[in-house]
Amino acid sequence: MLIWLLACRNCDDKGISVRKGSSFVVRSDGRLSYGLNGRGDRAEHLITNAVAAKEDTAAASTSSKPGHELLLFEALREGLEEEMDRDPTVCVMGEDVGHYGGSYKVTKGLAPKYGDLRVLDTPIAENSFTGMGIGAAMTGLRPVVEGMNMGFLLLAFNQISNNCGMLHYTSGGQFKIPIVIRGPGGVGRQLGAEHSQRLESYFQSIPGIQMVACSTPYNAKGLMKAAIRSDNPVILFEHVLLYNLKERIPDEEYVLNLEEAEMVRPGEHVTILTYSRMRYHVMQAAKTLVNKGYDPEVIDIRSLKPFDLYTIGKSVKKTHRVLIVEECMRTGGIGASLTAAITENFHDYLDAPIVCLSSQDVPTPYAGTLENWTVVQPPQIVTAVEQLCQ
Amino acid sequence: MEEFHLSNSFKKRKNEKLLEWVVCRVHESKNNSEGINCDDDDDDGEVELSVLDEVLNFPGGEVKFTSNLNFIPETTEERVHCYRVLDDDGYPITNDFAQIEKEVALKIYTDMVTLQTMDTIFYEAQRQGRISFYVTTLGEEAINIASAAALKTDDFIFPQYREPGVLLWRGFTIQEFAHQLFGNKNDYGKGRQMPIHYGSNKHNYITVSSPVATQLPHAVGAAYALKMDAKNACTIVYFGDGGSSTGDFHAALNFAAVLDAPVIFFCRNNGFAISTPVTDQFRSDGVVTKGQGYGIRSIRVDGNDALAVFTAVQEARKIAVNEHKPVLVEALTYRAGHHSTSDDSTKYRPATEIEWWRTARDPISRFKKWIEREGWLNSQAESELRSNIRKQVLQAIQVAEKVEKPPIKDVFTDVYDVPPANLQEQETFIRETIKRNPQDYPTDVPL
Repeated sequence: MLIWLLACRNCDDKGISVRKGSSFVVRSDGRLSYGLNGRGDRAEHLITNAVAAKEDTAAASTSSKPGHELLLFEALREGLEEEMDRDPTVCVMGEDVGHYGGSYKVTKGLAPKYGDLRVLDTPIAENSFTGMGIGAAMTGLRPVVEGMNMGFLLLAFNQISNNCGMLHYTSGGQFKIPIVIRGPGGVGRQLGAEHSQRLESYFQSIPGIQMVACSTPYNAKGLMKAAIRSDNPVILFEHVLLYNLKERIPDEEYVLNLEEAEMVRPGEHVTILTYSRMRYHVMQAAKTLVNKGYDPEVIDIRSLKPFDLYTIGKSVKKTHRVLIVEECMRTGGIGASLTAAITENFHDYLDAPIVCLSSQDVPTPYAGTLENWTVVQPPQIVTAVEQLCQ
Repeated sequence: MEEFHLSNSFKKRKNEKLLEWVVCRVHESKNNSEGINCDDDDDDGEVELSVLDEVLNFPGGEVKFTSNLNFIPETTEERVHCYRVLDDDGYPITNDFAQIEKEVALKIYTDMVTLQTMDTIFYEAQRQGRISFYVTTLGEEAINIASAAALKTDDFIFPQYREPGVLLWRGFTIQEFAHQLFGNKNDYGKGRQMPIHYGSNKHNYITVSSPVATQLPHAVGAAYALKMDAKNACTIVYFGDGGSSTGDFHAALNFAAVLDAPVIFFCRNNGFAISTPVTDQFRSDGVVTKGQGYGIRSIRVDGNDALAVFTAVQEARKIAVNEHKPVLVEALTYRAGHHSTSDDSTKYRPATEIEWWRTARDPISRFKKWIEREGWLNSQAESELRSNIRKQVLQAIQVAEKVEKPPIKDVFTDVYDVPPANLQEQETFIRETIKRNPQDYPTDVPL
């Protein structure tokens, strides 16, 4: 190969910070490589068929307690990595997931370990890389598609609704789509209206998909693994503000059930149904309520489609009062559907109408104080329980 | 050792010392020692490059400057040339085309005739009310069959909806086509999709999905999967001139180029997107010129010339599989039928034009002339073939019409891998309704 050296003879004299004799290599194929074109050269440095050596499990605990501590985004990554180790057809695609490690670091370290083919950086076209994931899924891979923010998946709605949810059915069961679509959503800290979307309310009608929302490191890892192993398309909703939650999780492998709700706090007086970040607002309100003498039962519904009506029903039959606390908008949200489902199925067991606390039907304002008031706050939950239990 | 100076002559100011950049060529010297030689001597007869040859590398690569204010014109004077092998009378205009054997040529011809016959009879069946909807491939038989013939069985097909011929080539029977059209219980799609939305996993033909161009990114994803598995196969995805306007087209081509995916993008430029002519669809010189915009090798081919399509696709497949690069093939043709049975195209184009393309530019007669001259077909074999196929199609319709429709339970299966509780409830509800009102439920549909 012809190499041209571009050498600066007298750069020093001009005070340019180029060491004497330093040079840039201009390759004969015309590309200058001294950093700016790193991306363009990547194709030639593909780490194909990288053999992943089994890494040590995350930082061994210094105390005598079993398990290991980690943050929620690390738990997601651990789940993803374990599945990628276990099954070579699992791959990741999304924007900046590769060498950048993902905008929320969920995929950090995966690209060097598994190679550029299994952890794919895509151009900015959500509809198209979701479509790509669907095509890859139909022909044997198990892609995990990351939306940098759930709101961007609105661009992928066509592919998710018309193809992801439908092709297994319309092909007569001939082609399956074991895809996982995941990403952070929900109201964050002043991310602006367009980046504070709650997509679960828009997607809940699509037939053929499953939706789950994680809320703790424990269930994040378990749901990630379950979603990847499922042969159905699964949308895994994460929350921007929950990525740094810390928890001690088991060292042993575990996979959670995609359709199960999680009993957070058993109780007798009222059933509070919630998911994702609102779980924490509810638990905070629960502390206040307990001090006031109430005994709320808190259930993290986790499975947004389909609802775990068994767990929910058992609870309703016990407490006879339901409060739903969600981050979705009032109109057409998960809470609205849940209210309808519970009323239809357990009407006879209710002593009071179901109360649903949701965000208002407004775009999320940017100003911090305004933003806070579009999200349900613990005092509102306390008041609602008190009113419900009169 | 050659040495080049880059000079900034016009930037010279009095007494200002210039940055002297010297371009030095690195090579092995005669006594076999590698060396870099940059002479300090100014006078060794070097060639001075002018400032116009200065390069600066922006992100993306080095680029030369120019002081000419030139816009790249929106079109070239001549349109991109179109590759063809047979002239309108079926005479080869070149010897440089893929040589095919007699069996393959006859299968190509037979399948084109089959496709044309199927189209004619099924279209009539829809007109008679026996099936609900149909889409013909008239005028594009060469595109369908010849492109399929140039591929191998491991290659995945991502069709749009005007490519049943590709499935026919791979062995889907006329009877299987009929079952799908009637949506009966032998339909592999279990009666869930519209007629013409064929799909068959055993033939590596992905089920047709109605939204336009959504199959393009799918094909790129599947090609990516093939590349990850290092398989000796590619994917091919078909779409029309209208489909090239979609966002999915843009991103799929861009992705394929960036990811080096082994996919063949096959555009059937047949002049119309329902009633929208290509002049209203884009201002570029067709679709082939868009390939370079994405960094994709492209070719324009005469879509009514079976040998040209065959040769081009065969070559495209080699590029895709061996070089792991996407290829764009634009086949120029004419949609000789209506968009579908819901369309009457005489409303937006002259009937004489349609007629001319159907007769004078028919791809099947053109190919027929060639194989007749090769001595592979005589007129008796030809008429036997046609009447044979006609009988088969009519027979297939009769059989398919009588087969039971899929049972009600198939409304609820395959939505997920296993029907979940809410779907089971919904199915129970339907069954109870039927039990209570049997007179409202058709007697020929099983439960």
